[in-house]
Parts: sequence; C-alpha cells; structure tokens
Amino acid sequence: MSAMLQASGLTKEFKGFVAVNNVDLTVERGTIHALIGPNGAGKTTCFNLLTKFLQPTRGTITYDGRDITSMSAADIARLGLVRSFQISAVFDDLTVLENVRIAMQRRRGDSYDFWRSEVVLAQYDEEARGYVESVGLGDFLNHRAAELSYGRKRALEIATTLALEPEMLLLDEPMAGMAQADVDRISALIKRISEGRTILMVEHNLSVVADLSDRITVLARGEVLAEGDYDTVSKSPDVIDAYIGAGHD
Amino acid sequence: MSTSENTKVALPAMTHTVGMPRHQKIIFVLLLGVLLALPFMVYPVFAMKVLCFALFACAFNLLLGFGGLLSFGHAAYFGMASYVCAHAAKVWGLTPELAILAGTATAALLGLVIGSLAIRRQGIYFAMVTLAFAQMVYFFALQAEFTGGEDGIQSVPRNDLLGMFPMSDDLTFYFFVLAITYGGILFIYRITHSPFGQVLKSIRENEPRAVSLGYRVNRYKLMVFVLSATFAGLAGATKSQVFHLASLTDVHWTMSGEVVLMTLLGGMGTVLGPIVGAAVVVTMQNYLAYLGAWVTVIQGCIFVVGVLLFREGIIGVLSRILKKPL
Repeated sequence: MSAMLQASGLTKEFKGFVAVNNVDLTVERGTIHALIGPNGAGKTTCFNLLTKFLQPTRGTITYDGRDITSMSAADIARLGLVRSFQISAVFDDLTVLENVRIAMQRRRGDSYDFWRSEVVLAQYDEEARGYVESVGLGDFLNHRAAELSYGRKRALEIATTLALEPEMLLLDEPMAGMAQADVDRISALIKRISEGRTILMVEHNLSVVADLSDRITVLARGEVLAEGDYDTVSKSPDVIDAYIGAGHD
Repeated sequence: MSTSENTKVALPAMTHTVGMPRHQKIIFVLLLGVLLALPFMVYPVFAMKVLCFALFACAFNLLLGFGGLLSFGHAAYFGMASYVCAHAAKVWGLTPELAILAGTATAALLGLVIGSLAIRRQGIYFAMVTLAFAQMVYFFALQAEFTGGEDGIQSVPRNDLLGMFPMSDDLTFYFFVLAITYGGILFIYRITHSPFGQVLKSIRENEPRAVSLGYRVNRYKLMVFVLSATFAGLAGATKSQVFHLASLTDVHWTMSGEVVLMTLLGGMGTVLGPIVGAAVVVTMQNYLAYLGAWVTVIQGCIFVVGVLLFREGIIGVLSRILKKPL
C-alpha cells in the first residue's frame, strides 16, 4: 500500500489560537480512514486544510506524491480529490439531473462558452441518469433539488460527487442530521463507492465509524491523540479520557 | 407538424425539454410583435427609451438574477458608454453602429477593470466596491474635458447608418434600436441557457460546492460581470444616439438604483421581468412627469409595496401561478 494523501506538520493558527497543531496524517490508498474527536478537536479545520478551503500556517500536504500545499481548492478537485460538506450541498434551484450534470460538465474542461446552447449538455443526460438511479433517486430526475428531503439531498450530493469520478473522497460528517433509516442507506452507499477509491471522513456517529473504517485517527485539542483500527483506538486510555473527560476531575 | 411528431418517436422518452421551451418561444415571438407595433401606438422616442432601459435591466438581471451578484454601480457602464458613443458620433463623426460599438467596448473594458477588483469581495462588500467605483466614474465624468461637465454632450448627431442610410427620422431609427435591443435580449437569454449559464447558476446556488467540483468560480464571476457591463454599455450607448445627448444623469448613482428597482419590480432571475419592470418604470416617469418630484415618491411607494407584497416581482408572481418559467 502507498500513501494517497499525506499531511506532515500541519498547523493552523487563528490570531494566536492554534486550532490544528503539528498534525501528521497518512491516508493509505484504497482505505476508508476516519477522523474523529470530541467537539472543538479541530476536525473540521483539519478537513478544510486538507481540502484547501483553508491555507495552513505551516506544514505540507501531498496528494498522490504531488505537493498540493499551495494549490487552490478548485485545482485539487481537478486532480480527483473531491470533498463533501457537512450541510448538504446541492444546487437547490437546479433539477436533480442538472445537479449531476454540472459535475459531468467538468469533462468538457472549462465552460466559458456562453454563446453555445445548453443543448450540448444533453450528451451527458444518459450517464447522469445512471448516477441518479444508482443512489435511488430515479423517480426524482426532473424535480428541483430544493424539493427533496434531507436524506435524498445527501444522496444527490453523493451522486454528483461520483459523477466527477474522483479517486479520493473527503466526506465531512456524511451522517450529520440524519434519521437512522437514512444512516443505514448512506452507510451502505459509502461502502459501495469505496471500492477502488480512497475515502477520508470526519464522522461523529461511532457505530458508523466502527463499521466502515479501516483506520481511525483521533484528534483532541488540535493534536493527534491516537491512531489505529477501531479496537486499538477504542481501548486507548487517552481516547477514553478525551471523550469522557476523566482527566478533568 | 409531422417532423416534430417524428422526432418525438425517434428520441427515447426524454422527460425534460431540450432547448428553449415552447411557451418561451411563443413569448419571444409575441414580444417581437408588440415591439414592432409599438412605435405606431406611442411616440417613437418614448418607445426607444423603453427599449434601452429594458436592455439595461436585462443586463443587470444577468448579473443579479443569474450570477447572484448585486452591483450598485451599473450606471458607470451605462453612462460611460453613452459619453463615449456621443463623443465618437459628434467629434469623430462615426456612424451610429461604430459609435455604439465604441461605447460598448468602453463599458466592457471598464467592467473588466472594476469587476476584477470587485469580485474579490462578497455580498454587501461587493455592492459597496461597485458603488465606490461608480462614484469615481461619476466624478471623472463631471471633471473630464470631453464629457462637457454639467452640460454633458449635447446635440449629438445621428449619422447615416453604415454611412448609407439616413437615421434622422425617429421611426426609422426605432427599428435599428429594436434590432439592437431585441438581439441583446436574445443573446442574454442564450448566455443564461448555455453551459456557462449552468455553471453560473450553480455558483449562485452554492459557491463552495461549485469550487469543490473543480470550478474556478472567480473567473466565471468576472466573465458574467464583464458581459453584464457590456450589455449595460450597449444600452447606454444606444440611448445617447436616441436622445442626441449624454449627460450626468446616466452616470449618477440614482441610475444604478433605478435599474435595481426595474429588475426587482419586474422579477429578478426571470427572462421577461426586467423588460416589464423597465416598461413600468419608464412609463411612470413619462406619464406622471407633470407631478414633478412626486414621481420619485410614487416610485418609492411602489417599490416598498412591491417588496412587501410580491417579492418575486410581477413576472415572478405570474410565473409561480402559471408554474412555468417566464
């Protein structure tokens, strides 16, 4: 196995406050890697650094052997490293089909051609429909995304992400705000799409983490507390301390 | 008829429409019919004024309704283009189409400069930056030599079109203006229904997500900004040929406000909204002119009532009732 995404000495300071401190993280190719930790541990900051939505104060990030530390968020997406968002990120005013098509449109390169009719996008319709059906939204093809329920919006988001054919997915709390029925559905979906891909996810739902991930990194107060598979991590006294707070007695 | 039947059979069951929906085609044809008849029903100069402002509002709507960017300085492009066009026609003796082209190109360039600085900020800050630059353009127009300061550029000649066809008759010129504005409106429709337009809508709906899909959003924003400024300039340049005049009114910040009013009143993000909004506002200004300063008060009241009662604007409400994009 080789490293797909690697961060070393990753640090982010906000006006003197250190949100992420000297984090080393290696995500192996083809694995599902989870990033967990109590509230305020710096998971989201770390996630935003890795996806280049924030610029690190120090440290380097390499993706597939290439240094991406100074690249823009849009450019790393072009390399095949695609993120999702905590709050479902769909284009509300577009139809389900159009949502997926926006991602496929990237294959044409940049869409600066404002003089051409959108009819040229019809070439993606069949394939887009396939992605939509693969997440069980076939009946909603021409509905506006705004009309979908929360769980379905998340499914649409995944369909859109898959349409980019990313090599690596970064999922920010994919189960946040979801009912149990939806959790099981999305969980199965993640398992299915992980084939041939690398996934890094931030997640609160520990049963999902236990079920899905090959490797877990625990963050607390901006630093790496423990790393390993679920059994190792869940038995670590440091982790139990951080979660239950016994250390503060 | 038979061909459309055939294509229906040949295509697999496509549930969504490709290209312009039928009802919109009908609307565009009806619109053309109305506009062709208009100068025979009302004073041609008034009809041309409506056309110029309709194009101006459509240009603004391209930026606000589809790009999600609220510019508060669109008078800069409208006004500057009108000055350059007037100067080109009067001093350089250019024909109308070349003078208008010169004005439009100036607006595009100005849009490129201001836009590339403004898009670095978002929301209210973006609006403030565009307003600040528009004020700078206003003071430039007030101070510069060629703009004639308080007097503006007066008695601008309308030279022969292509150097061949006399345009001094208002009715004749109307059809030239109609060709420009109708063509402009169709082009703007195309922009919003192009691959570029799709990406633009996605940025409007959720910018971080568009970034995460690999779109360099600032380039799209700059592009729509320049396009919007260009069409605003086309409208302004044409207007100076219509009225034989370029004046400070066209670069004043109230002009920026007026185009916001037209667009919101008619329906932001709709195809017809800005045209209807412009027609309503211009008609009001013309037919209520005897009320003097009260026109502004009435305009203000209508705006307040509009925002409170029907936020989607006239066409927005109609579109919701008919369940069709208008």
